Amino acid sequence: MNMVNQTSMDDKRVTQYAQSRQEPKWLLEKRLDALSQIEELALPQLEKTNINNWNFTKFDAFKEEEAITALQELPSEFSAFVFDQETANVVVQKNASSVFQQFDPQIADKGVIFSDLHTALREHEELVKSYMMSSKMKRDEHKLAAIHQALFNGGVFLYVPKNVELTIPFQSLFYGQGKDAAILPYIMIVTEENARVEFIANFVADKSDEVAMHNGMIDVFVGSNANVRVSTMNNLNQTAVDVLYRRSYVGRDGQLEWITSELSDGRIISDNTTHLVEDGGTVNVKAVILGAGETRSNITTNIRHWGKHTNSDIHARSVMKDAATNILNSITKIEKDASKSDGQQTGKVLMLNPKARGDANPILLIDENDVTAGHAASVGRVDPLQMYYLMSRGVSKEQAEKLIIYGFLDAVISDIPSEALQKRIHEVIEGKFQS
Amino acid sequence: MANKPNLKIKDLHVAIDEKEILKGVNLEINGGEIHAIMGPNGTGKSTLASALMGHPRYEVSKGEALLDQADLLDMDVDERARAGLFLAMQYPSEVSGVTNSDFLRSAINAKRDEGNEISLMKFIREMDKKMELLEMDEKFATRYLNEGFSGGEKKRNEILQLMMLNPRIAILDEIDSGLDIDALKVVAAGVNAMRGDEFGALIITHYQRLLNYIKPDFVHVFMQGRIVKSGGPELAERLEAEGYDWVKEELGIEDETVGQQG
Repeated sequence: MNMVNQTSMDDKRVTQYAQSRQEPKWLLEKRLDALSQIEELALPQLEKTNINNWNFTKFDAFKEEEAITALQELPSEFSAFVFDQETANVVVQKNASSVFQQFDPQIADKGVIFSDLHTALREHEELVKSYMMSSKMKRDEHKLAAIHQALFNGGVFLYVPKNVELTIPFQSLFYGQGKDAAILPYIMIVTEENARVEFIANFVADKSDEVAMHNGMIDVFVGSNANVRVSTMNNLNQTAVDVLYRRSYVGRDGQLEWITSELSDGRIISDNTTHLVEDGGTVNVKAVILGAGETRSNITTNIRHWGKHTNSDIHARSVMKDAATNILNSITKIEKDASKSDGQQTGKVLMLNPKARGDANPILLIDENDVTAGHAASVGRVDPLQMYYLMSRGVSKEQAEKLIIYGFLDAVISDIPSEALQKRIHEVIEGKFQS
Repeated sequence: MANKPNLKIKDLHVAIDEKEILKGVNLEINGGEIHAIMGPNGTGKSTLASALMGHPRYEVSKGEALLDQADLLDMDVDERARAGLFLAMQYPSEVSGVTNSDFLRSAINAKRDEGNEISLMKFIREMDKKMELLEMDEKFATRYLNEGFSGGEKKRNEILQLMMLNPRIAILDEIDSGLDIDALKVVAAGVNAMRGDEFGALIITHYQRLLNYIKPDFVHVFMQGRIVKSGGPELAERLEAEGYDWVKEELGIEDETVGQQG
């Protein structure tokens, strides 16, 4: 790792950025501690994906941007990710600056906190700190975690107190623009007992191929009997490395749902780990992956069952076109004493072109006898007889392929409860077929 | 009159995995005509249907097939369909995630120019009408293409597509297999509704039964990969009454299949 960019990975720059955001001292110490470990820590071990030559370090983490006063000021390619713009509860971050936020004061009156991370740190330091300290992501886990901890350049804090149920989704948009630009958001979602909330995060970049990096982190804490849905949409450019680690805790009888759309064009590391720490917790993960061009992706969903009567279901569908490659890992681990638990997983990869590659690795690790679990995995190419059948009705080869792909992904997409999100995913997919 | 469709098949030879199945088929079908091809199993009837549509496994080694004077064999599968050929398949594929109605609308629009797509209202109206005629529950419109359909439902769905796409020449490949008598009548009513000068059909079947409901103008007997005998509707009746042995005897055929021919 000789490519460390001194402009970002430097005590002075980090200190300067932290101070410009009025970060508390303990946090700066955490940053500097992580910074000192970057060099010596190894990259994460990823199944069947060689990441040694990927660029994780050459970028500028601290590009400052001007705030805007309305969503309409955003370039339309970015603002399109935010729906119901007039009424949206939304935080927008460009490069290292939070540039816009909008939050219904009536919701704030219920004790809900929703803001960029730095504002939350200033206004609710102890609360944010307590959850930051209990994060399951350890900064010395590997080099990428340390880089994030040292250089995170924004994020969101969402807190929903006990018994507050919210029906309108909270949205966020993180976008990178410009040479060597990087987004390193730290997103924290905290729900107390019986709370209900939905959160959507979009990680996007200018397609002009200059943006270098997304290294994001999402911590989710699902309280007892709380109900949380988190959707992530990654759509970065071809030269960017897109890293997203998600760590969730689910409390007693809590329910967590993940909807992840991996639609970036460059190099992708996506890790989604959920700990069902108490009895009765549930997590459902729906993942849509579409790779085009030379995209390389390693997508891992990891569920750990600790509590009794915990349930998990992973449903991932991946389409690889052109010369794209996807390693799709699903790991379900049921620990000793997590009896009466159920873990299910389905991972399917469809390859369109001879040069496209896919690999589905279903892994069930079970240390308890009294459980149920199952998995289904498949990797295949488009069925020539299906193509023949569709074309025999007059649709062109391209159209027939598209129908099959949409149909294949639909098993996951049609399950997504938000129509706006479904539409957005379709639009991004459509875009990949036009280029 | 000038717009009568015409399918002309001349000395067609077709192989699958380098084994010749069709050995010189000659047949001409015009608008307003219904032809039936009958024959025992293994004589190559379905191969003729698949080869005309352009099934990827079949290779034409010799001969011609012209639709309205245009060379069918030179076209891709989708081009053949857009030129006006339709094949109701014996084993239609299942396509998950694609609804019947979305697919049909794509298929109809594939024949139309951009900007001239069928309006959603008109499409729904047409589809409702045809599904009613075929006694199909309206929920078939939103079900995934053939997925989980019973044999009979798949056959009805093939006829629904036929009626919606309105081809010039249709081939029905054993559309009667696995249908009970009520379903058979419904399917036949669908095909009969298509009859007219601008529509010609080739019905491939084992049994005369279907031909009680769709009256053919011409009947051909298929053996050893080609048509060995042709006649009118009375030929079908005789085959039903007496079987195929008399044909074999008359023509000196011992094994009617293509299997032993090497």
